Amino acid sequence: MNSREIPVLQADKISKSFSGQRILNRVSVNLKRGEIKVLIGPSGGGKSTLLQCINCLVLPDEGSISLAGAEVDLRNKKSLYQLRQQVGMIFQDFNLFDHLNALDNITIALRKVKKISRTAAEQRARLELEQVGLGDKTDLYPAQLSGGQKQRVAIARALAMDPQVLLLDEPTSALDPELIGEVIAVIRSLAGKGMTMLMATHQISLISTLADEILFMEAGVIVEQGAPSQLLVPGCGSKSAGFCDRLSELADGECRC
Amino acid sequence: MLTLSPFYHDLLDALNRGLLMSVALIVPSACGGVLIGTLAGTVRAFGRPWIRSIVDAYAALFRGTPLVVQLFVLYYGLPNLGLYLSPYSAAVIGFMLCSGAYQSEYVRGALLSTKKGQYLGAQALGFSTWQTLQSIIVPQAIRRAIHGCGNEIIYLIKYSSLAYIVTCMELTGEGKTIATEYFRFTEVFAVIALYYLVLVSLAMLALKKIEKFLYIPGFGRN
Repeated sequence: MNSREIPVLQADKISKSFSGQRILNRVSVNLKRGEIKVLIGPSGGGKSTLLQCINCLVLPDEGSISLAGAEVDLRNKKSLYQLRQQVGMIFQDFNLFDHLNALDNITIALRKVKKISRTAAEQRARLELEQVGLGDKTDLYPAQLSGGQKQRVAIARALAMDPQVLLLDEPTSALDPELIGEVIAVIRSLAGKGMTMLMATHQISLISTLADEILFMEAGVIVEQGAPSQLLVPGCGSKSAGFCDRLSELADGECRC
Repeated sequence: MLTLSPFYHDLLDALNRGLLMSVALIVPSACGGVLIGTLAGTVRAFGRPWIRSIVDAYAALFRGTPLVVQLFVLYYGLPNLGLYLSPYSAAVIGFMLCSGAYQSEYVRGALLSTKKGQYLGAQALGFSTWQTLQSIIVPQAIRRAIHGCGNEIIYLIKYSSLAYIVTCMELTGEGKTIATEYFRFTEVFAVIALYYLVLVSLAMLALKKIEKFLYIPGFGRN
């Protein structure tokens, strides 16, 4: 691997146990700039924990994380704060700040963490909200937004920090079927702009059309790894293909997004 | 000009004097109580185990014993240790400590009921623990605690009447003197009750204003 090809993000041999149970077992993931990888697999397989370990919301027991080639000191709080500023995270249940309106949800991190002035922060926040189609919702509080709108604010909030990588933990799983589309559209446009993403999702349309690579996780290990064109070929017998077939059957039963 | 009978003249004179003393007791006690309660509640929610157990013990002691007993200890007990408090300071200290213990419970509850996702959301953006507490958790907790804390302040207004048992002459104490002098208990205590009702109503009005000022959709009333 030459120097131009240094991955933006390297998570190397990450292990994590909770109360004696091994949730992640020496899992490694690399992301090159602009690459999109999708984590799939049964629930309890460790997808969420892997994502949370990568930006150290959960500290890994073992393993290392490097950002643009520089290893992060996992024992130093400051370097964890630094890491998290550069690795955006989108949660299944949004985690917008309930006491702040859409605009301030974005400006607060810019002002407190990035120390940007209020005016500049507001300007940036408006821009990001417009990007996700919520330019007219700046003054609304989370309680006044629909699930899809909340998730789009959350994405705008993460993007305002100019992250190098975006981690998405089942971004559409908590949404009503009719609201999934608007979030998917935003994620697609991010992909179009070349955002580097690692995403856990059960959304078949995202898996098959956006992923450069599929990572199938089961029992804390990546058991299959490859491009959708290899893994999702009908009749190839891969676990991923079987899993996605079941997802599409479910999706066909509900709605097409 | 309305002329009052000597009884009512004396009564209103005494009660107005008492009212001033009551307000002088209530305001610092309420502020001190909220301050102590906020600090103690935060420690009880997030503090290190050893300091948490100390503050837990404080809250257990002051919530677990009658206020009258606490006042007696402060005023009549401490001199045995060479510590002399004026009636006024004994009362204010007693009220602050007692109120703070109750307030800490409201604050603790409000802090602990903040959803875990709020921490995660902030941490994921690179907030330090302190920034998370300051910008996210506390502003939300204030809005959850305000109803309970307001309730405690209203309660404090009424238990401030206990100051007279350590000879701090406030509303109730002044009134009681007049009542004994003229032997007209019913009228005197009816008027005292009215004074407290007005005090509490004013406090409720102020609290409503604060609630309204802090109102955010999704917190409290919808």
